[in-house]
Amino acid sequence: MASLDDLKKRITSVKSTQKITKAMKMVAAAKLKRAQESAEKGRPYSEKMNNVILNLSNGISDKDNAPKLLSGSGKEQIHLCVVMTSDRGLCGGFNANIIKKAKSHFAKLAREGKELKIVTVGSKGNDQLKRAYGDKIIENISFKNSKNANYFDADKVGKIIIEKFEKEEFDICTIFYNQFKNVITQIPQAQQIIPLNTVDDENKSDETYEFEPDEDEILNNLLPKNISTQIFKAMLENSASEQGARMSAMDNATRNAGEMVDKLTIEYNRSRQAAITKELIEIISGAESL
Amino acid sequence: MSEEFKIEIVNPEKSFLSKDDVTEVIVPAFEGEMGILKDHISIISFLKPGIITIFSKSGEDKFYVEDGIVEFKSNNLSVLTSSIFNLKEIEKSKLQDLIKIAEEESNKPEISDQSKYLADQKIEVLKTLN
Repeated sequence: MASLDDLKKRITSVKSTQKITKAMKMVAAAKLKRAQESAEKGRPYSEKMNNVILNLSNGISDKDNAPKLLSGSGKEQIHLCVVMTSDRGLCGGFNANIIKKAKSHFAKLAREGKELKIVTVGSKGNDQLKRAYGDKIIENISFKNSKNANYFDADKVGKIIIEKFEKEEFDICTIFYNQFKNVITQIPQAQQIIPLNTVDDENKSDETYEFEPDEDEILNNLLPKNISTQIFKAMLENSASEQGARMSAMDNATRNAGEMVDKLTIEYNRSRQAAITKELIEIISGAESL
Repeated sequence: MSEEFKIEIVNPEKSFLSKDDVTEVIVPAFEGEMGILKDHISIISFLKPGIITIFSKSGEDKFYVEDGIVEFKSNNLSVLTSSIFNLKEIEKSKLQDLIKIAEEESNKPEISDQSKYLADQKIEVLKTLN
């Protein structure tokens, strides 16, 4: 059995860990609120953007000559996967879930005999993927210095992707991120952004638009922006999810630390009592033998 | 009959402005300025750097935009833009910064004709504001 001193030390150490996790939980909660707000505020933009593109692609006259970002390069051989994770750890299963989703997608691609290229956004994803897929990672982007997700960063990622697409380095691009549902649930998502999926035509309108200049030119201008917008949306969702995941992970950690402190305290008290009893017995039996 | 329609300006971060008592909006569309009144035909166009002017019951607002898309449909005008500034709130130093960025861009050697045109346009508009 551990000595009294050891127990005391352990209790103090667990208590200070608990303090840290508690503080992290509070910080995450505050940040979550902000991240959630900006995720909600950012939604109208991407929704509107989607709508406009849907309307445009319905109105486009010459489907064969549609911009490549919309119709694809005509091949499906090389897949680019953009795995978006956080730059910091201690957020529960947040990063692991995205990686898991991405890895199962990679395995599927491998079975189908497709070629795979990976771009990681966020250092945690890079750390976890580089062991198994190190030779596939062509770029690693990290925004450690940006405090919040901002459009400027998203635009940078978008431009890199488009540049690679124009050089015909890949045919299909999928982004992986966590969609924020609530504090406990984040759903890992795989979303194809190139070529654009226009299958979900639910809110398709029959309205005919006038275009100025023509459809093709607007689409050419709009599609790159849409890529950045989608990435920005993913970044916003991701940052809300990250804080949510961290909050619940830290909440759990605080609770576990509390349980541990209780257990250790009982053990400490028991051994203290046992020591006292032992001493008493020694004194009494000593006195009796006199 | 009322002559008003709705306008909504959104940027990636948030919904920037929303008004429903607008009588006329002038947007710097790519092929020239365009005035939009109520019951305009549905239109999609994109913007070049310039000034959006909104006339509403509550007065006149002016915004500087660098890019964006406008969509007008059933008396709803949506403007999507990634960079927009209210002219009333924008500071002189910010204007100078924007001019500097645009000038740098315009002077890049490998710039395409279209980007050069846009950058020059930015400088021109910003200088008139100054």
